[in-house]
Amino acid sequence: MIPLSWYLVLAAGIFCVGLYGALARRNALAILMGIELMLNGVNLNLVAFWRYLTPNFITGQVFVLIVLAVAASEAAVGLALIISIYRRRSTVVAEEINMLKW
Amino acid sequence: MQPELLAWLIPLPPILAFFLIILWAYRNNRLSHTIALGSMLISWGLAMALFWVAIRAEDLGHHPIVSSIPWLPTGETSLNFGILIDPLSAVTLFFVAWTCLAIFLYSVGYHNFGKRRDPDDQPGLPPKAGGVEPMYARFFAFISLFAFGMLTLVVSDNLLLLFIGWEIMGLCSYLLIGFWYGKPSARDAMVKAFITTRIGDVLMLLGLAYLYSVTGTLNFRAILFDEQVLHTLAETPSIIGGLSTAGLIGILLFLGTVGKSAQWPLHVWLPDAMEGPTPVSAMIHAATMVSAGVYLVLRFFPLLTAGWHEGASLTPSMLVIAGIGAFTALFAATIAVTQVDIKRVLAYSTISQLGYMVAAVGIGAFVAGAFHLITHAFFKALLFLGSGSVIHGMEHGVRHTHEHVDAQDMFNMGGLRRKMPITFWTFLIGGFALSGFPLVTAGFWSKDEILADAYGHGYLLVFIILALAALLTAFYTMRQISLTFLGQPRTDAAKHAHESVWTMTLPLVVLAFFAVGIGWVGIPEQFPLLGGVLPNWLHEFVGGTLIEHPQALDFNPIPLLVSVGVALGGLLSGWLVYRRVSAGVPDPLQRWLGPIYTVLKNKYYFDELYHFLFVRPAYWFAETFTYRWIDRGLIDGFLHGVGRTAMRIGSFLRNAIDLPIINGLADRFGEGVKWLGRTFRVVQTGRVQEYLIIGLVFTGLLLSYLLLAQP
Amino acid sequence: MTVTQLVFLLTGGVTLGAALMVVLSPRLVHAALWLILSLAGTAVLFVLLEAGFLAVVQVAIYIDAIAILIIIVIMLTRRVMIRGETQITRNWWLGALSALILFGGLLILLDMVPIIAIDTPPPIADADQLLEDLGRSLVDVDRFILPFEVASIMLLAALIGSIMIAWPLTTRAEGEGDQ
Repeated sequence: MIPLSWYLVLAAGIFCVGLYGALARRNALAILMGIELMLNGVNLNLVAFWRYLTPNFITGQVFVLIVLAVAASEAAVGLALIISIYRRRSTVVAEEINMLKW
Repeated sequence: MQPELLAWLIPLPPILAFFLIILWAYRNNRLSHTIALGSMLISWGLAMALFWVAIRAEDLGHHPIVSSIPWLPTGETSLNFGILIDPLSAVTLFFVAWTCLAIFLYSVGYHNFGKRRDPDDQPGLPPKAGGVEPMYARFFAFISLFAFGMLTLVVSDNLLLLFIGWEIMGLCSYLLIGFWYGKPSARDAMVKAFITTRIGDVLMLLGLAYLYSVTGTLNFRAILFDEQVLHTLAETPSIIGGLSTAGLIGILLFLGTVGKSAQWPLHVWLPDAMEGPTPVSAMIHAATMVSAGVYLVLRFFPLLTAGWHEGASLTPSMLVIAGIGAFTALFAATIAVTQVDIKRVLAYSTISQLGYMVAAVGIGAFVAGAFHLITHAFFKALLFLGSGSVIHGMEHGVRHTHEHVDAQDMFNMGGLRRKMPITFWTFLIGGFALSGFPLVTAGFWSKDEILADAYGHGYLLVFIILALAALLTAFYTMRQISLTFLGQPRTDAAKHAHESVWTMTLPLVVLAFFAVGIGWVGIPEQFPLLGGVLPNWLHEFVGGTLIEHPQALDFNPIPLLVSVGVALGGLLSGWLVYRRVSAGVPDPLQRWLGPIYTVLKNKYYFDELYHFLFVRPAYWFAETFTYRWIDRGLIDGFLHGVGRTAMRIGSFLRNAIDLPIINGLADRFGEGVKWLGRTFRVVQTGRVQEYLIIGLVFTGLLLSYLLLAQP
Repeated sequence: MTVTQLVFLLTGGVTLGAALMVVLSPRLVHAALWLILSLAGTAVLFVLLEAGFLAVVQVAIYIDAIAILIIIVIMLTRRVMIRGETQITRNWWLGALSALILFGGLLILLDMVPIIAIDTPPPIADADQLLEDLGRSLVDVDRFILPFEVASIMLLAALIGSIMIAWPLTTRAEGEGDQ
């Protein structure tokens, strides 16, 4: 009933929106949110593929779980970083955190 | 002991002494003179033994004592070392041994052995205050070497070995004339002596080479005792037109004698050689070295007279020899008349007497020439040693009175016969011998024989010249004796002179004996009264050296009367003029001769002439041409040019290639890297999002490539 | 148009719209809230795809944990966020461009793969068994025990790490200098 392609396009769309957010937002938290969106899109992609291609092998879902775990830990560490940077530099604007330049 | 062995051994002790002294004994004066005197005594002993053998040998001329060893192989033949004892070398050996021994002993006293070394005395300058000579051992080493040279020359059997001895003596003459090298005059004199004799030596060497090339040998017996060889040499024309080979060789060899025996025109070195110590003057310029020149022409008499026999006209070489000899005899005698230095007079006298001997050879009077050589050696050595004694006495006087007078100037002397009797009497004997005082002096007999030969064979020009020279000889000799010994002392120094030590006076006495007695072995047989009493042993013995025994001359009273006349006349006039010359009075001759006196005193300005003709151009050549133009200009200029070119190439390479290209490349490379870095670091903004975008772009590019490149 | 398709379109539209709002919203808190909505939409999509467990996990982890965490941090770092200051970077067009290009590229890619035209998903053999199978696979030595353990270690590391990073300045300041 629902072609696979619809899911995939949707996932691609979410991913690209998340990408735009990661690239074009100033606030570090907004960037993080964009990244979460991207991961979200990836997860959707993975589940769609699982359902439509190998529904009898649980491997797809396991993959998604792992990705989810990674996303979670990455979000935690990223937030911790943001807090730390905020404490030192009193800013969360990504543009201003440019000490690693030439 | 075989006589050959004796002959070989004779030259060896002195050369041993030379090496021992310079290598080992030089620090000890006593040891040095002991070694030197000892060696000379040994050589003298061997020489006397050999002489004894020689005079008792049967016809030594035709059966000489010979021995030879090959030395330098030259293809199929070889050059040899060898000894030849024939009558000529035997008598020469006799007088050389005696005079050298006397002079060696004299040198001990002359150099003040036994006196303390004066701390003010520098080596290289004569001792000022009578202290021992600082270079005492060196002197004995040199005279030992010299004795070796002369003895080698006398015993040698070929021209090459003779030449070796000749040159060794030349070297020693150089070293000994300039013994007191601290004196600039001595340095100049030693160089002058060496170079002047060198001119003669080079020409002699040419003659030697020519002789060798023509005959293939240098052995005396092979050339000079072989009629065939002599005849061929006399007949073959040489490379110079008009002269036979014998004539040319003879003249070339004679030119060596001109140098060594100080004949005109190469006479200029001998008076200057008086700068050396007096024993040197005696040894070199009386007894030995100058005698070597005469010995050479005597030895080569057969070659010089090849094609001539008694009574014939003289060969060209004989003419040259006689001419130069006679001229020199008169020339030097005229100069000697005006000299004031006691040794200079004797120097010119030597030149004059050598001229006599040379003239004798030139007119074919072999025995007379040899006779005069022997007698002259004795009395001239005696006179020189005597003058040395006088000078020592005068110097003592100078030191005593602190007068600053020249101790060698005869016009500062006078009355020394009372202060120095032994010196006076021996000097008188020597002087009379030189003048040819009749009968009792050796000089009379030898000089008379030369004059007799000249007159007897009809060479009247030579006779007259030699007679005039004899007159002047007697005159200046008496002048010398009068000024030095007679009258009153003219200076305080002369008043305080004293006699010399026994080591100096003993040789004088010994030589005086010979000056008197040696003439009696050559009394001509036809001499009135005395002739025939003693056989003319010398004529017999020495005459045997030649292939044909020379004939004894018939007695002629005229040369005898002339000879006695000039001798006595000269002595008398000299005594009359000079017996009462007071202090401060100039030479009476000056007043009489006027400008001629000045010319004579300045030795006919020959030194100045040679200086202008030869010395100055040589200096110019050395300084300007060779040094400035060639050495500094050409050679150094070339080197500097090479250096400058190298520098220029180097800086060019540096500035044009090294700096811009190589350095430039490296620098530009570095600059390029820096530029790259500068340009590209703008990418590193530090902003994460920009990095993300870049990553995304490149990932996209990669993906598109992978997708599109896949079929 | 079946019901499923309609539900899908609706949920998909909400999810996408919420995502757009996340990235376009000038206020951060609004963005966070929009994020929650988007995550919830994804959970519904999971249910549509018959991955119920995952949907619950999505809600529990993403919404309950991560989104809340984001909000907390937003609150913590609120002081410097001045209202009116632009939220978009200078070169936002570059990001938009690349996102669009990527989307286009993905579409082209997807077009190349014919299998995505599958209309109906194949049937699941045993739906109840699925969950049990999931649990078993995670601890089965032959299957996914390793990624499971590694993931847990990674979580541990992240936990410790974030604690360390976010530690208050006062106790850590002595050892570190300011950059």
